[in-house]
Amino acid sequence: MSIASIGSVGATLTILGMVLILILNINTAANTTQKQFDEIQVYLKDELTDEEIEKLGYAISDCKGVSSVIFQSKEQALEIMKDQWGEQAYLLEGLEENPLPNSYIVQLQDIEYADSVVNQIKGLKGIEEIKYYKDIVDKLMSVANLVRLGGLVIIGILVFISIFIISNTVKITVAARKREIGIMKYVGATNGYIRGPFMVEGVVLGLVGTGIAILITFYGYKYIVNALSERLYVLFTVYMIPPQVMINDVAIIFIAIGVGIGLLGSIISLKRFLNV
Amino acid sequence: MIKYVNVSKVYDNGSKALENVNINIEKGEFVFIVGSSGAGKSTLMKLLLKEIEPTEGKIFLNKVDITKVKNRKIPYIRRNLGVVFQDFRLLPDKTVYENVAFAMEIVGASAREIRRQVPMVLGMVGLSDKAHNYPNQLSGGEHQRVAIARAIVNNPSVLIADEPTGNLDPDTAWEIMKLIKEINRRGTTVVMATHAKEIVNSMKRRVIALEAGRVVRDEQKGVYYHED
Repeated sequence: MSIASIGSVGATLTILGMVLILILNINTAANTTQKQFDEIQVYLKDELTDEEIEKLGYAISDCKGVSSVIFQSKEQALEIMKDQWGEQAYLLEGLEENPLPNSYIVQLQDIEYADSVVNQIKGLKGIEEIKYYKDIVDKLMSVANLVRLGGLVIIGILVFISIFIISNTVKITVAARKREIGIMKYVGATNGYIRGPFMVEGVVLGLVGTGIAILITFYGYKYIVNALSERLYVLFTVYMIPPQVMINDVAIIFIAIGVGIGLLGSIISLKRFLNV
Repeated sequence: MIKYVNVSKVYDNGSKALENVNINIEKGEFVFIVGSSGAGKSTLMKLLLKEIEPTEGKIFLNKVDITKVKNRKIPYIRRNLGVVFQDFRLLPDKTVYENVAFAMEIVGASAREIRRQVPMVLGMVGLSDKAHNYPNQLSGGEHQRVAIARAIVNNPSVLIADEPTGNLDPDTAWEIMKLIKEINRRGTTVVMATHAKEIVNSMKRRVIALEAGRVVRDEQKGVYYHED
């Protein structure tokens, strides 16, 4: 029964760890992309004069929610494109005329302003097209929220099961010492005095389970990150939180929950026996 | 010192255990509670220990109405009461010494007090040489002596004994009674529920007789029952 308790706490926390790591990674990814995408690119019509372009720039920076505006000329845009294309850049050499438009890169104070800023800019004259990535970020965020919610539900259920199993384990010890508890009560022991050792038992069970879960989570996650980097999915793993950084937060959460489960389990199991 | 005022107890299953009981026990008294099984003796004791609550009435212990005491405070009420049972209730995996010391540890006595008090009490009940024996190495009478030592080690003002001689042969029972008498002589109030007719009749102490939950007789220097 002790093994069952330790196992259940271990399993609960390991699953919690997986969900937690997933959530944390999605959060980091969402934040990174959000930072990358919290800009709007405003393409300008080719026929605008320099003066009109400058005026437009001031108008855009006056919009609410805009933090900065950077002008990107046709030539700069082509340079950037050449950089991005790398070895294929020679394909661009053949162009007789630069097809890329002038543009303003608008940095937002927050992604939330995206829609309103876009609407404001739309009303200005001389705009060819507005490009922004709110949809992608929104989707990513809604996935993150879904994972978060689902994770919380699963964790809630697992925590409940663990408390139940621990309370049953402690109940067996309590039942075995029922006589002793009865005698203690007659002699005038307070409930706190009687509870002490059983609570220690619950906490120890919880902590051993926690230790196992921390080891499994840490090495499991490390293995996954390493395996992914080795297979050259470096692009993917750079977005992942390093295991060493992750484990500190996870360990603190695990210990808190493990101790909590142990305490709650033992208190529940004692409740009935203390009413002598 | 102990006062039952208009106490009635009806159990959840509807059986009336006590009906309008009034008892007043003074400090230092020695009181036998007699009556057949089911007359309400145990209920009377359980009420004093706050194991159960009365349906009606008040119970005073040292002038405190214990029916109004909160659950959290029950342990402190019980520390005024030493309890001895028919079935001894010793911890089998603890030695005689530990069984008695345990009662002191619970109330938070210091190690020094325990080292001083336990041997003294064991000496009083005549078990100094068995201090390091386990309960299964003791006779029935010795079991009860340990239980008595445990009950009085914290110097309670009242000793409650629920048929303390019920499991003992007559000679041993008398030994135990001598011990309880001695405890009473030193000032502890003794309330003892019993079936032991000879003991009650020869001790000539106050006798409260219960019948179907009512006090039918309460007399000083009484006997177990009157032959009508």
